Amino acid sequence: MPDTRTTPAGLSRSAIARRIAEDIPEGWYVNLGIGIPTLIADHVPPEREVIFHSENGVLGIGPAPAPDAVDPWLINAGKEPVTLRPGGAFVHHADSFAIIRGRHLDLCVLGAFEVAENGDLANWTTGRNDAAAAVGGAMDLAVGAKRLWVAMEHTTKEGAPRLVSRCSFPLTALASVLRVYTNLAVIDVTPEGFLLLETAPGVSFEAVQQRTATRLRRPTA
Amino acid sequence: MIDKRVASMAEAMAGIRDGSVVLLGGFGDVGQPDALIKGLIAQGASNLTVVANNAGRGRAGLARLMELGRVRRIVCSFPRSRGSVVFEELYSAGRIELEIVPQGTLAERIRAAGAGIAAFFTPTAAGTRLAENKEQRSFNGRRYVLEHALPGDVALIEAWRADRFGNLTYRESARNFNPVMAMAARLTIVQAQHLVELGTLEPEAIVTPGIFVSRVLHVPYAQAKE
Repeated sequence: MPDTRTTPAGLSRSAIARRIAEDIPEGWYVNLGIGIPTLIADHVPPEREVIFHSENGVLGIGPAPAPDAVDPWLINAGKEPVTLRPGGAFVHHADSFAIIRGRHLDLCVLGAFEVAENGDLANWTTGRNDAAAAVGGAMDLAVGAKRLWVAMEHTTKEGAPRLVSRCSFPLTALASVLRVYTNLAVIDVTPEGFLLLETAPGVSFEAVQQRTATRLRRPTA
Repeated sequence: MIDKRVASMAEAMAGIRDGSVVLLGGFGDVGQPDALIKGLIAQGASNLTVVANNAGRGRAGLARLMELGRVRRIVCSFPRSRGSVVFEELYSAGRIELEIVPQGTLAERIRAAGAGIAAFFTPTAAGTRLAENKEQRSFNGRRYVLEHALPGDVALIEAWRADRFGNLTYRESARNFNPVMAMAARLTIVQAQHLVELGTLEPEAIVTPGIFVSRVLHVPYAQAKE
């Protein structure tokens, strides 16, 4: 039986991104948030045509340019230089958010501080009294895409669970997360709560449950 | 002859009054009308409300305008980013008002103002702290928040090419808020990298038609980034 007392490392950040990329089929329009989600694009093979959207008005974002080929007019939502793939397009901000808010994106993957078992998402501020917290496009993306997935570490650096019964941080959106990919597991949000779909190699169900603040169900249970 | 071109920054900035709501194009530094912001600093209008995605970086441009105490209130989605030092100082000293708006709601409120729509319902922010004290209503079983149009007295815009009618194109992701803001202000002032002869812009490629534009100032890139 696997040892559940020591913290299992599970997947690296890059491996989480690679695992998510496996589940993105050709033809999807996808927006990737900052953090682990940004790494996903590198793991989608170029022959699989997935179109990446950035909320500053770019459809068809490609990889980062070589340092000597930076185009100062072409950035992503993280304000980093990017490239445009053939077939790419530019739109203005209201159209870009019509793409997001009008349910045109097949998928958005965001990072999070916490996800609750009813799908509530907290990812924009940790301080209840911080009136100057920056929200950016997080609230639009969380309610707008056809599917919202979260990519995050299963626990905080201190070991506190991020998968919880109710979020303690201010919410970004209510009941909107469909699936969570962490270093330890892939978990669906269902009407009956969290459903564990798979664990990372060498990680037991018990180890995941122990690091989750609410009950996990198994598909067979 | 219709000619919206102006020869000097002073002419471009003429008539901007104290207390104006100023819409500032750009997403970070890209598409930001740096020369016009400098012009506004020199022009002197104060007690301004600035609507922009970000709250300025470093000590120049919008940050400088704020540091001079000319901005009473800022409406933006992302006030805190690397280098937003002036905003942080003013905000913690209680010397600037802040309204945080989700980025899509910000763009849509500006678009609504340009399209004659007084208010609209959006699901963004429903049930969150940013919807407190706003009307929320359910449509087809989903919660929505009432958001009001956000018109400007003045819009400062960066374009790539312009002609004397004020027809505009933009370059790549420098388009961002610019075409939306150009529609939403009573006085829309443009800095353009290139001024071209009337009739040379491809009609099907014009993003902002001149009907939305009041003045055009030619600011070549090297000069714009000075």
